[in-house]
Amino acid sequence: MKDNWESVIGLEIHVQLNSESKIFSNAPTKFGSDQNLQACEVDLGMPGTLPVLNEKAIEKAIKFGVAINAEIAKKVGFARKNYFYPDLPKGYQISQLDDPIVGKGSIEIQLGDQEIKTIGITRAHLEEDAGKSIHDLFENETAIDLNRAGTPLLEIVSEPDMSSSEEAVAYLKKIHSIVCALEISDGNMSQGSMRCDANVSVRKKGDKKLGTRTELKNINSFKFVEKAINFEIKRQISCLEKGEEVVQETRLYDSANNTTRSMRSKEEANDYRYFPEPDIIPIQITSDQILNIKKELPELPDEKKERYINELGLSEYDSRNLTYDLQLADFFEKALINFDDPKLLANWILGDFSAILNKFDVEANNSKVDSVKFAELLSYLKEEKISGQAAKKVLENIWENPDVSVSKSIQDLGLEQISNDTEIEQIIEKVINDNPTQKEQFLSGKDRLFGFFVGQVMKESKGKANPKLVNEILKKKLV
Amino acid sequence: MDLETLTLQEQISGLRDKKFSSVELVENYISVIGNNEDLNVFVSNDFERAIAKAKKSDSSNNIQQDMPLNGIPMVHKDIFCTEGVKTSCGSKMLDNFYPPYSATVVERLEQAGSICLGKANMDEFAMGSSNETSFYGAVKNPLNKQKSPGGSSGGSAAAVAANFSSFSTGTDTGGSIRQPASFCGLVGIKPTYGRVSRYGMIAFASSLDQGGILAKNIKDTAIALQYISGYDPKDATSIKTKVPNFSEDCESDKFEHVVGLATNLINSFGDENLSKNYSKAIKRLAKLKIKTKEIELPNLELSLPVYYVIAPAECSANLSRYDGIRFGYRAENVDNLEDLYFKSRGEGFGNETKKRILIGTYCLSSGFYDAYYKKAQKIRNLISSDFVNAFKDVTSIMLPTTSGEAFDLGSITDPIEMYKQDIFTIPANLGGLPAISIPFGEKDNMPLGIQFIGNILEESSLLNISNKFQLD
Repeated sequence: MKDNWESVIGLEIHVQLNSESKIFSNAPTKFGSDQNLQACEVDLGMPGTLPVLNEKAIEKAIKFGVAINAEIAKKVGFARKNYFYPDLPKGYQISQLDDPIVGKGSIEIQLGDQEIKTIGITRAHLEEDAGKSIHDLFENETAIDLNRAGTPLLEIVSEPDMSSSEEAVAYLKKIHSIVCALEISDGNMSQGSMRCDANVSVRKKGDKKLGTRTELKNINSFKFVEKAINFEIKRQISCLEKGEEVVQETRLYDSANNTTRSMRSKEEANDYRYFPEPDIIPIQITSDQILNIKKELPELPDEKKERYINELGLSEYDSRNLTYDLQLADFFEKALINFDDPKLLANWILGDFSAILNKFDVEANNSKVDSVKFAELLSYLKEEKISGQAAKKVLENIWENPDVSVSKSIQDLGLEQISNDTEIEQIIEKVINDNPTQKEQFLSGKDRLFGFFVGQVMKESKGKANPKLVNEILKKKLV
Repeated sequence: MDLETLTLQEQISGLRDKKFSSVELVENYISVIGNNEDLNVFVSNDFERAIAKAKKSDSSNNIQQDMPLNGIPMVHKDIFCTEGVKTSCGSKMLDNFYPPYSATVVERLEQAGSICLGKANMDEFAMGSSNETSFYGAVKNPLNKQKSPGGSSGGSAAAVAANFSSFSTGTDTGGSIRQPASFCGLVGIKPTYGRVSRYGMIAFASSLDQGGILAKNIKDTAIALQYISGYDPKDATSIKTKVPNFSEDCESDKFEHVVGLATNLINSFGDENLSKNYSKAIKRLAKLKIKTKEIELPNLELSLPVYYVIAPAECSANLSRYDGIRFGYRAENVDNLEDLYFKSRGEGFGNETKKRILIGTYCLSSGFYDAYYKKAQKIRNLISSDFVNAFKDVTSIMLPTTSGEAFDLGSITDPIEMYKQDIFTIPANLGGLPAISIPFGEKDNMPLGIQFIGNILEESSLLNISNKFQLD
């Protein structure tokens, strides 16, 4: 971003809650069934049908509120948000307006070595999801799938406290890790379990007044959040620098072309005509209910991070990165049962293991190498039976061949480390004999050439020689 | 024996004593209905299934002791969803709608063994006081075919008055059971909001709608009401409480009554006939030695404007689902989605319905919400407190049901005049209170009604005072 501008960003995150049935009906919420098979007459908005609130959704929302230290409403009422759309069966969405179940709260984020930043959460409210319009199934026709209609959503609205796309991503990841830790959502962004809208504006540095904001819709991955916001910041700055005005509007992020385009202006914005939902009597939430939920709260990402730092001696940086992705943290803790060097383990999980997950686009809990096997692999490394280079090769090999054991893979690839003194001595002697010039130069004071000999020995041993032994023996022989 | 003139109670004992069979009852009704098709009572009939059910009931070896309604024919207002049977709600919009589920009221009466003969005509989406807004045309009042049977449960009232059944179901949002009962010389009860499940009852104004019963007399009303009352987990606004034995209670001696009177209010209308009938009713109470007390209902006069904000507001959202997409009427030859919405709704809804959707949409619009909807809710609370205060001193409140007798079809063209029909019935809906209309007095050979409004969940007390009142 150009120096004299700053951006102001707020996010609205829709989290699908993982209750078994829908928020206002008994139909199941499972993802991926055939179209319209998981929608009952209530979800279809058929005449005379009525919504009945699923208490599980309330419980899950309270969990979130407690986790971000927010006020929980004593009275929870719903409201009708009116608008016409083919995948909105009743012509209104049951949502919350005046009495959101979760009030003001906050979470902390941190980028790199920067200071911890607190991001305010304005509110989080419950509502029902709409169905899906499918435009590419029939020619010139739109198909409606109402399986998703009525899935419980928690809409988490942040304060405009973020000032870069990196902060927005860190915030989104933090919310993701919290809802996953609480087990109130599967957090699967590619299946739409978590969706995000961003409110973005820019202003001259030092300005107190907020600039005109645009709302970006349809951002459904961490990567796209960053890209969409960056694009929009640039677009707004270039608008203003050309002397034009930013128009208050809703814009759609087009991930294929990495651009945003206007969807509707403020004037075209819907008047949602909210009013209290008469079919659902407001429910009371007692302090006992909140207390019970508080008591049973699982370990939250921040608590986990502190534990990693204090009890396992991990760095703040590693701890933070491990706890962003709870599946990774879970894998880490499982592997730790069979491998007692947390630092080495964390290095490998955040390094090569994460790389291979990314390469194959797999989450840690679906890893082709389980935590037991992974711990075994690192044990070979730690005991210096294989080198770091070799361990990487084995990891790839056992990933691609899940039936092959670690020891078999090391054997197959011929990667056992040579830790036999005599064998190494023989190689070293050969290398010294083959390089008499370098030997003389070394002995006449060119210390740098020690590295040359190490390299040659490793090359000669095809990388299998134990580097520590090579060093020790070389020192003795090069005299 | 004229089977069709029997009361529900007489039919139950007749079936029990095998004086006649359910098939005879059903077939007799079908023939009476066939001779009076000009009344336009039914939107659809279910005669074939009714006869089959009657046969089954007759062969079920007289279980009248356990299931008193077994084999008893009845009629549902076409607002209640009936699985596999057309449920139109009086609208072109739902002329092709065959619900795959039944309303809880329908299910309960079916489980009790009663047999539905057909679905009664009504004002479109229950919006009207004359039955003239129905897509299927107005129902004629069986007592005088020039007259309206009232609305919106006009078909249900006419069905009982014309001896098409001994009782029927209706719904009451602002008087839609009580006013037709009054116009047709029947008893009609609107129970406490939440006493009867609204599941499967097509919504007009959700916070006001309540299902109830129309019948020839109080005892029959009590018997039928029993079967449709009670908590329903499918309706979050239904009340979780035990249902008293209404038919026992209506004849019991255990109730003490102090009837609240609003003489000043009634006289303030300056309608001689209205005041005359009301004072006649007061005299009746005195004669029966029932205690009375004059009460104040200072905000009652605001009921009408409050109702015509809240009911349209709720209906504007409730009727959004009729968009031509999933069920109901869909316009043909449309250009795009917006065109589909405009044409389907434009062609599928009648004028009164459209008018109320427009009023409601306006009242909820940004900038008008506070001035209309919110203010109306505040006044609604004031009216409710008026009732709460009144019920500190009285056990029921007596009001006229309507300001006059049944009017001629087509005679009221001013919509405000039509809306005024409900001035005495609306307050009970706003307060969620039970209210009953019973025949009392007449004018120009047409019946008039008197109304008792009770405290929350006090249907028993209402039925009891009504029963005493009638024993002259």
